[in-house]
Amino acid sequence: MSAPASGAGFALRQALRHGRHLLAENPLSLVAFVMMVSFLGLALLGQWIVPFDPLASDATAQLQAPSRVHWFGTDQVGRDILSRVVVATRLDLAISASAVVLSFAAGSVAGACAGFYGGWLERITSRVVDTIMAFPLFVLAMGIIVAVGTTLTNIIITIAVINFPSYARMARAEVNVRREAGYVEAARLAGNSPGRILALHVYPNCLPPLIVQASMNMGWAMLSVAGLSFIGLGVRPPTPEWGIMVSEGAAFMISGEWWAAFFPGLALMLAVLTFNLLGDALRDLVDPRRRT
Amino acid sequence: MLRMIGRRLAAALPGVIGVIVVTFLLNRALPGDPAAYFAGPAATPRAIEEIRVKLGLDKSLPEQFGLYVRDLVRGDLGTSLTTGQPVVADLRARLPASLELTLCGLLLAIAVGVPLGIFAATRPGSWADHIARVLMTMGNSMPVFFSALLLVYVFYYLLGWAPAPLGRLDAFTPPPGSVTGSFLVDSLLMRDGTVFLAAAKQLVLPTATLGLAALAPIARITRAAMLGVLASDYVRTARAGGLAPRTVLYVYALRNALLPVVTALGIVFAFLLGVNVVVEKIYAWPGIGSYALEAVMTSDYAPVQGFVLTMAMIYVALNLLIDILYGVIDPRVRIET
Repeated sequence: MSAPASGAGFALRQALRHGRHLLAENPLSLVAFVMMVSFLGLALLGQWIVPFDPLASDATAQLQAPSRVHWFGTDQVGRDILSRVVVATRLDLAISASAVVLSFAAGSVAGACAGFYGGWLERITSRVVDTIMAFPLFVLAMGIIVAVGTTLTNIIITIAVINFPSYARMARAEVNVRREAGYVEAARLAGNSPGRILALHVYPNCLPPLIVQASMNMGWAMLSVAGLSFIGLGVRPPTPEWGIMVSEGAAFMISGEWWAAFFPGLALMLAVLTFNLLGDALRDLVDPRRRT
Repeated sequence: MLRMIGRRLAAALPGVIGVIVVTFLLNRALPGDPAAYFAGPAATPRAIEEIRVKLGLDKSLPEQFGLYVRDLVRGDLGTSLTTGQPVVADLRARLPASLELTLCGLLLAIAVGVPLGIFAATRPGSWADHIARVLMTMGNSMPVFFSALLLVYVFYYLLGWAPAPLGRLDAFTPPPGSVTGSFLVDSLLMRDGTVFLAAAKQLVLPTATLGLAALAPIARITRAAMLGVLASDYVRTARAGGLAPRTVLYVYALRNALLPVVTALGIVFAFLLGVNVVVEKIYAWPGIGSYALEAVMTSDYAPVQGFVLTMAMIYVALNLLIDILYGVIDPRVRIET
């Protein structure tokens, strides 16, 4: 083997080796990774591989138990539940991912600026954060959705708002720790402007813990989205969405037709589990000290 | 101690103000024109204008905020279009049901979660630890409405052990006289065993749902805190001094490990307040969550905003209580403030 060709290549190889070590030690992470790839595959290709039209009702096949034709059974208007569960993957993942990306971007930038510049910027940010945190978050989401209306954009923004504090707080704390670090001093002495130091030196160094936070947050965002749909404050029927499907199937649980609510609920649970496990794995990779 | 409580009260004030400002803004951001909405579909422009004046919507935003705060102080949250009652009266009638359920769920989660966390922390790497970790991860990933429905299916439909998920009492049991509003406490006060049993039966499944949801975070935090404390120097010293393992575990370690757990209880409680809405819907529980949802269905906004405000105020009050409790558990907090 020759000497390390480049710093980046060496670091990448190190990370890969570390990742392989972690996977060997915790096979659950590998399972989670495979499941995430499957969910992404379903989200991308789902609508072309499902056996039935997810919106087509069939009056002759209402509430049929799982069978060879309908693997997951049919719902109260005869729609194929398997097709609906698969097609819903894209919508559920897209809403949650957009919300997480939005709150990540807004929260990390606001928190980083607050931690770096201090002053009125910090006061405003922490006031906003404290106010949001004064509410039970799901209840606040309900209040916002009722006030602004249930459009897709509003749902994404609402979920982003209730997740904003966790990113802003974390970014602020991470920047605060690094504000007086040696490399920041060096960059300052080299004549960099404060904005440039924050954007190019401090902010990128704060990202790893924030990314871990984002992957852990993804599961919670999915639960919130589906929860809002379940109580009628999210995506509107007849759109295939896991929360709505569970909500529509809920009434039949008491009379024994379990499949209408079970399969969409199971899909949601597995998706959330996947992202939670990935978050744990990512945390082990980024910050081995915080392992549990 | 009193001084500390006073300080804590003062520290809670910005939160209260923030909550009021946000609920005011949410009130004013109603879709469409609130005046036209309250006037009804058949109203003339003149009638809408009158209602606009009556609601104070013709005034500037700061003035409207003043009016809003004045109404709040008077305990006026508007009138529900569905029930025709003042929202405050509706909320007061339904709040005990929600609180009874949430508190039962929280108590259950603490009663199971804390021992589970201790158990896992004292035997790291053992099968018990692994089971606890799997339970915690599963609990974190389980949508509450899903676990609630599974419980109903298994324990009501399949096994028939639980009563139908239809409210606080079955149709044949009269509610106990109202003293506290909690059916469990009231029936005990009335020395009425049958009502107590009936109320407890109805509570089992929804409480289990809430408890399962809150179990994971409580167990996780207890485990992490216990692990940290058990690795500390003073625990090593206590052990080296020859104290009994039980004494070390429960007197030295647990009290210190409880601090982060108590802090986390606030977050868990807020989570439960949100979860409560879903659980009330599934079990037809006549609390303020299902009240808000009924209002949502009929586009009746005043009850929803009243509900959000009530929930936020309960949460602020609970955080205050936790802060004070923190002072009781940790003497250092008392000295610092």
